[in-house]
Amino acid sequence: MQVSLSRVLPLMKIAVCVKQVPEGNSRIDPGTKRLDRSGEGALNGFDANAVEEALRLRDATGEGEVVLVSLGPAKAQDALRKALAMGADRAVLVSDEAAAGSDLVATSYALAKALEREGADLILFGQQAADSDGAVLWAAVADRLRLPVVSQASEVTQAAGTLTVKRQTEFGYDVIETPLPAVVAVSDAVNEPRYPSLKGIMGAKSKPQETVSLSDLGVESDRAGEEGSRTEVYALNDPPPRGESRKIEDDGNAAQAILDFLVEKRLV
Amino acid sequence: MKALVFLEHHGDELLKGSLGVLSKAAAIGDGEVAGVVIGSGVRGLADQAGKFGAAKLYVADDAQLEAPLPQPRIDVLAQLVREKGIDTVLFGNSVLAADVAAGLAARLDAGLNWDLADIVLQDGKLVGKRPALQDSVYVDVGWKSEPRLALFRSGSFDPAESGGSAEVEEVTVALEDFSTSARMVDQAHEESEGPSIEDAPVIVAGGRGLGGPENFTLVEELAKALGGAVGATRAVVDAGWYPYSTQVGQTGKTVSPKLYIACGISGAIQHKVGMQGSGVIVAINKDANAPIFEFSDLGVVGDVHEVVPKLTGLVKARRAG
Repeated sequence: MQVSLSRVLPLMKIAVCVKQVPEGNSRIDPGTKRLDRSGEGALNGFDANAVEEALRLRDATGEGEVVLVSLGPAKAQDALRKALAMGADRAVLVSDEAAAGSDLVATSYALAKALEREGADLILFGQQAADSDGAVLWAAVADRLRLPVVSQASEVTQAAGTLTVKRQTEFGYDVIETPLPAVVAVSDAVNEPRYPSLKGIMGAKSKPQETVSLSDLGVESDRAGEEGSRTEVYALNDPPPRGESRKIEDDGNAAQAILDFLVEKRLV
Repeated sequence: MKALVFLEHHGDELLKGSLGVLSKAAAIGDGEVAGVVIGSGVRGLADQAGKFGAAKLYVADDAQLEAPLPQPRIDVLAQLVREKGIDTVLFGNSVLAADVAAGLAARLDAGLNWDLADIVLQDGKLVGKRPALQDSVYVDVGWKSEPRLALFRSGSFDPAESGGSAEVEEVTVALEDFSTSARMVDQAHEESEGPSIEDAPVIVAGGRGLGGPENFTLVEELAKALGGAVGATRAVVDAGWYPYSTQVGQTGKTVSPKLYIACGISGAIQHKVGMQGSGVIVAINKDANAPIFEFSDLGVVGDVHEVVPKLTGLVKARRAG
């Protein structure tokens, strides 16, 4: 009798949470006090590390699936396509106008609902969002899913349903073991994300890209968007002045210019 | 306000960042400020907490809490908030504290404002000050309900001794099953070599722009001439060019010297958060578009291999003269 390989090797299903962020200089809309997402978007650069790690783990076990899960406007499918071009298998975008203005409480709730539906063995995040500098979502999602969480991973290995994560903190490197399923946030030091190949880019166009609404996920309307949020924005102010900033090109005399500056500031 | 400050410790010391937040909470002077210490063998930390402004200290001391992992700490905090009627929980940013704060927000459906640089009481209401978009905007943020959770940027507040003492209350711990499934196999223990860069008045730091580990001698020589210490970015530490103990940034040291000279450092956000509190920042980088120039007092677009040794020579000559 032949035993199928998939019964011997664990089939790993990995969900990668990714975000589309505004390309170039961001601005906050003074009316809504939200980040202006009307312009061009791009895949959050830190999320590319999470996608890359998912692809490596999938390919190491030989089989499995990498599914992208995102929350954002309909055009966020463009950013998802980039991650599909890297090699992810399919994408689920939670897109709903009622989700606009969601804070951590509301976002983690909707994302957890989408992830629950997927039932992945491993859920990966990048180390932060380039637009909001947020580095908090994974721990909130893990708590909602009642799964173990490890952040700042710089090395991830998997064997027999156990994940070993080397991670960096303020005090050095920890090694943490966790059973699967688990939530892991990788740092940007974990790998060097691949560039999509031409074949990957062409192939991405035919990969499944699903868009779901909050009601598809069973997210109650009072738990989404501003209504479902517990924080609010009162006002936008100018930053405190940092003092005069000078920038010079080295024409051979830059070292002297630095010394003069340090003397002026009484630092030498 | 019935505030609780998450007091993080390493070894036998409460972290400076935690104590700074505690001092700030006490300084707001509105209501009651308690601290919480969570770990194994941590009862001895009560004195420090009292000195920096905690009227009360909750101590969760349990062998299961020894490793600095976030999820058991979320359980302890959630229990305290519910049982003690706490309306505000404050955290100083760290890898651990950020995970604890975010998990707690989900557990309690409580608003979390993060990356705050300050907090004030305005017309009886707590308002957080949050720098955003590369610090080009300061956003006033608040909470629509209680409990309110706030996570502060590293180095936002200096610890201030008030000389008080804290009344200690032991907390019995009940942990969720999923909170104990991740296990610490090998905990970071810092190699101590020389004085910590956190106290250096001058730091000269090197990044990937140096080109290779051998070029760190340029940085070392300038640091020596200025009487300062050497710092490094995460990228070069991960590449093995320089020891982790010198790493400045989110997962390294947070420093605020009088002078910070960044050599061949692009200024990624992860580095910036560890050094933005420096008095004067000088940056040398050949890429005119490097983000570091946006928060430097003096930016030099040039080759570190030429500018740095020349500057070392000039500093030495001035000191000798």
